[in-house]
Amino acid sequence: MALKKIEAVIKPFKLEEVKEALTEIGIEGLTVSEVKGFGRQKGHTEIYRGSEYTVDFLPKVKIEVVLADTLIEKAVATIVKAAKTGKIGDGKIFIIPVEDAIRIRTEEKGEKAV
Amino acid sequence: MSKWMKHIAAALVVGAITWSLADAPCVMAQDAPAEAVAAVVEAAPEAAPEDAGPSVELFTVNNTWMMVAAALVFFMNLGFACVETGLTRSKNTVNILFKNALVPCLGILTYALCGFNLMYPGFDYDAGANGWFGFAQWGITTDAAGVTSAYNVGYTYWTDFLFQAMFAATAVTIVSGAVAERIKLSSFMIFAFLYGAFIYPIAGSWKWGNGWLNNLETPFYDFAGSTLVHSVGGWAALAGVIILGPRLGKYVDGKIRPILGHSMPLATIGVFILWLGWFGFNGGSVLSADPALVSLTLVTTSLSAAAGGVAAGMVSWIILKKPDLSMALNGILAGLVGITAGADQMGSLDATIIGAIAGVIVFFSVLLFDKIKIDDPVGAISVHLVCGIWGTLAVGILGAKAGGAQLVSQATGVIAYGVFCFIAALVIFLVLKMVMGLRVSAEEETEGLDIGEHGQEAYPDFSPATKG
Repeated sequence: MALKKIEAVIKPFKLEEVKEALTEIGIEGLTVSEVKGFGRQKGHTEIYRGSEYTVDFLPKVKIEVVLADTLIEKAVATIVKAAKTGKIGDGKIFIIPVEDAIRIRTEEKGEKAV
Repeated sequence: MSKWMKHIAAALVVGAITWSLADAPCVMAQDAPAEAVAAVVEAAPEAAPEDAGPSVELFTVNNTWMMVAAALVFFMNLGFACVETGLTRSKNTVNILFKNALVPCLGILTYALCGFNLMYPGFDYDAGANGWFGFAQWGITTDAAGVTSAYNVGYTYWTDFLFQAMFAATAVTIVSGAVAERIKLSSFMIFAFLYGAFIYPIAGSWKWGNGWLNNLETPFYDFAGSTLVHSVGGWAALAGVIILGPRLGKYVDGKIRPILGHSMPLATIGVFILWLGWFGFNGGSVLSADPALVSLTLVTTSLSAAAGGVAAGMVSWIILKKPDLSMALNGILAGLVGITAGADQMGSLDATIIGAIAGVIVFFSVLLFDKIKIDDPVGAISVHLVCGIWGTLAVGILGAKAGGAQLVSQATGVIAYGVFCFIAALVIFLVLKMVMGLRVSAEEETEGLDIGEHGQEAYPDFSPATKG
């Protein structure tokens, strides 16, 4: 039984919707970080005390979920559906193989730990 | 300037915003000022028949208001700390707060040691005093008469000291924001000591100590310190920034690269604390609880602050296409500094005009100083020096004292303070630079003065503490 990790970089205001959607399909845990970056969207200009400057890195939220690979397809589809606005800057999803997982409290391993 | 010209100028500057004020008569300021204290004294004739001083009750009320005012001016130190911290980067926060904590401490101690008696030396012109420099004694002491109305109808000797000491602390604190994020702490503290202990009180004695500027044919007028406090601090800030140079990365390849402040909420809190403190700064400068003058002063102070905020906010909106919060905040402070020289001499319309013009001036001044590479992270030079000069000159243009002779006296004062304070600050900074260095290393500046100067962080937690 193989584990995989989904890393989804999404628009920050979409976090709540994505979390709700994932919970609905039975996913029991995820990790979130505030990140910054750019893709084809690039940055934008801001102004401070009369001088313009470019913000290259835009704020995004990164969601990490580790799942049995049978669940991956459904989870990805759920994230895509919830996070999509159709405008540039919606983000990206990466899927990465995971060696193993351990629950610290019980020391369970593999699929039981996620 | 004639009355109708004033009104045309007013209409141009403030337009519809102040339409409702334009009809209000500007009579109070014109009538009130000099005679007011005397009027208060006359109002209580029965209580102290032998010396015609105020009643004990009136003296107590006066003195209480002056102590409250001193406390309000003291509170301004927190306002400065918030503004300066908010408009600079988080890596220099401990350093800014340290300076803001220690400057008033030093200021009060040095004012007790010598400042008070340098500023109020009791120039005895019959004994040949020159009105430029005098010194009464070291330390502060008084006799039994010093704590009664025999000392002054408005306050005791101790209240007098405390109120004035708070002003001294304010003047030096102005410098710390302008030189922030690159000045060596030790050099700054020595500067603060020397400037606060000697330069501020000597300069102050020229006017408030009944020195030569108070004895011109048309005396120079500075009600609460547009020049004596704000410009005096502002000139030192300008000298400091010129000698220090800009922060690393501010001007690259001939372009301005803005360095963002790290907390706009903190900067905003600071500005409102300063506005509150200004009720004591200007309201206490009436030097008694005189109802007419104190209430007028609080109104002119607030109208000018409000007009400054609106003007700077609107100008930034028009010119930059977006309203800039830090400019609006600077505008409020500009209005406050601008009204300070004549807060008891202005009507409501005059005050509004002074504030609005200050708000416009501060906006363009910030842009101009940036253009000529005078790097002032918080806009202290524009707010305190430039608008201090405007407010001082405004006494000769608007309000009860307006007139050619007054304007000449105001300009004389501005120039005299400018020459003395700028040169004095320049000399102190240059000597410090030669003897011990003025600026931290480039490495320390990049890493932040919190670690470099203090070995501390302002925000040490990796992530906010949470329950569970």
